[in-house]
Amino acid sequence: MSRTVAGAVLAFGLALAGVPAGTFAAPPLGLPPVPIPADNPQSPEKISLGKRLFEDKRFSGDGTVSCSNCHDPAKAFADGLPVAEGIRKQHGARNSPTVINAAYYESQFWDGRRPSLEAQSKDPFLNPVEHGLTSHEPILATIRGDKDYPGQFRHAFGVEPAALTIDHVAKAIAAFERTVIAGDSPFDRYLYGGERGAIPASAIRGLDIFRTKGRCQDCHSIGQTTALFTDNKFHNIGAGFSRIAGRYLQVASAFRKARQQGKEVDKSVITDRDASELGRFVVTLRPSDLGRFKTSSLRNIAVTGPYMHDGSMKTMEEVVEFYNKGGEQNPFLDSGIRPLNLTAEEKADLVAFLKTLTSPQYANLAQP
Amino acid sequence: MKGRITRRAFLKEAGLLTAAAALPLGLVNVAWGKKPTDRFTFAYISDCHITQIRGTEFVANFDKGLQRAVLELSFLDPQPDFVVFGGDLAQLGKVAELEHGLEMLKGVTLPIKWVIGEHDYYLDLGEYWQKHISPLHYSFDHKGVHFVVLNSILTDDDWTHNRWPTAEERMHQMARLDNPHGSPFMVKREQLAWLKQDLAKIPRTTPLIVLSHSPLYKIFKPWNFWTDDAEAVQAQLKQFRSVKVFHGHVHQVLYNQLGPITFNAFMATAWPWPYPVTYSQLPNKVPELTVFMNRADPFKERDGTGWGSVQVADGLVHHYELWENSPRTVRSPGAGKRPEDTVYQDPAKRIPPQTHY
Repeated sequence: MSRTVAGAVLAFGLALAGVPAGTFAAPPLGLPPVPIPADNPQSPEKISLGKRLFEDKRFSGDGTVSCSNCHDPAKAFADGLPVAEGIRKQHGARNSPTVINAAYYESQFWDGRRPSLEAQSKDPFLNPVEHGLTSHEPILATIRGDKDYPGQFRHAFGVEPAALTIDHVAKAIAAFERTVIAGDSPFDRYLYGGERGAIPASAIRGLDIFRTKGRCQDCHSIGQTTALFTDNKFHNIGAGFSRIAGRYLQVASAFRKARQQGKEVDKSVITDRDASELGRFVVTLRPSDLGRFKTSSLRNIAVTGPYMHDGSMKTMEEVVEFYNKGGEQNPFLDSGIRPLNLTAEEKADLVAFLKTLTSPQYANLAQP
Repeated sequence: MKGRITRRAFLKEAGLLTAAAALPLGLVNVAWGKKPTDRFTFAYISDCHITQIRGTEFVANFDKGLQRAVLELSFLDPQPDFVVFGGDLAQLGKVAELEHGLEMLKGVTLPIKWVIGEHDYYLDLGEYWQKHISPLHYSFDHKGVHFVVLNSILTDDDWTHNRWPTAEERMHQMARLDNPHGSPFMVKREQLAWLKQDLAKIPRTTPLIVLSHSPLYKIFKPWNFWTDDAEAVQAQLKQFRSVKVFHGHVHQVLYNQLGPITFNAFMATAWPWPYPVTYSQLPNKVPELTVFMNRADPFKERDGTGWGSVQVADGLVHHYELWENSPRTVRSPGAGKRPEDTVYQDPAKRIPPQTHY
């Protein structure tokens, strides 16, 4: 087994490190234990180091962008924008997904092009429209020249500044991200906590629609004892895909050619809006994966809009309506996506249900 | 635990996908053909079951399957040399169904090699097919490989000609699965004689690929996954050093090896069938080598369906492109070795069946 579950670590150390309470405790109601890779065990030192790295703007081409720009704790670890904004106000092609509960995804990025948080966290630094660095070297140089970082890395990894690599940085950031976990929502208290009054009647009706007529459950999975609200798979629902309608082959061929010539997938999908719409195809080159994107978890959905990989939908009502009409028709549409014929009340109930997925720590961000 | 196994399986699979994407053509140095440059691929679409409702109205689900396969073929790079259509273009053999299917297949810009299925045959006994589409059995050579197309869905004359009041009734009886009034398929004496003659012209060292609709071996009689005179065909094929048989009909991932003959089934674009072992305790002969397809998810119309491609080289690489299920690759290492699933041969690596329905 390559993964171990975070065990108990002294709360004393956590308090010292300024790490959020509950970091190593049992997972919150409704969530399974966080998977921790065997080669990157959690420690208070590593987590607090990761938090600092996550917020350090110096790791960008013009010193203005940190991870927390697009994954802002004050905005539920998202940015509220349709697509990410990087250095010099440049815009990418994809919506910034929240870091909350990203630890549970089996792959990272909308197209799953990286297998872990460790692998994911290294890419945005080198993306021309995100952090805009041309190599990871300036990050290591900044760390070595900082008055605190060398000591912190020594404590977290037992590594001297000269031996530091970007992988240490990535591991620390990932360790911090694995503490950004949120469950214990009204829905969890209702379904798993047996608190019958935790959610309103409309949300209870909405949960039923979610599981039956709304066909949401198949991809946004709710388990017997926990709910990740994702199947960790990739689906073509048609959102944004009309951008390349009639040009699928042309865009796919251009992407394939660029990849053969050595252009990195990460740069292609963020800087080229057409290539971005190819979805999972950019990773597998399987025609079947055209326009497929990862199923997002729905936890804290009410506070992490706008929605979809391209941020093209502003409200939950818009998203429900989109699914109600059977997604956006295209030849690669997932066959599970079909018109739902929901009534106005059923749609409202679904939205009421989605609003019960907000964890207490982000409830203040919800619209009344 | 289930979550963890799934995750592990997922990661393995992610690795395979990357490999498969980067893989085949450039890496294989020894080709099957006469010259080392003669490597090639062909694609395979099968079992579309285009069904007319009335007039110009057809079952949309089956239309979509065929349309999707045709579209996805165009994304193959490099393009295959040709496409095999594996039979059962129509559901009830009607001209309207065949023509509607042919219209969609016009999207294939590559040459098509046709194999007839029982659903295409039993209304007019292959008249339209022979006149407008293809002969029912034939052979051809391609880059040093000898291909034989067999019509494996024949039955005895009494069943075909004497038992049914109308052609429509005959077609209906043959179109049913699990039908006590059905009849096992055959290649029959006349075609066997033709095969003998055809193969006599070919050196025994020539690589041989046989295309049929039904499997040229016996799996499960009640569903007609069965060719009654399969042994007679096999006896002729066995004289060759290396023989690959590709078939449709069973709508599932299936592979087998009998001596030097390797059999691979292609899935359907229409729907997946279950494996006989999941259905009943009746004796069946699902090959030992089969690694079952991950059970299709009934939520999705397209799950368990797809198309495939075959790379002809030193040993075969058979890729199953399953639209909403994990892709599969089966390799025949050659030299008498058994074909192997590249990922799922080890039962521990298989994705567990769904349990949430």
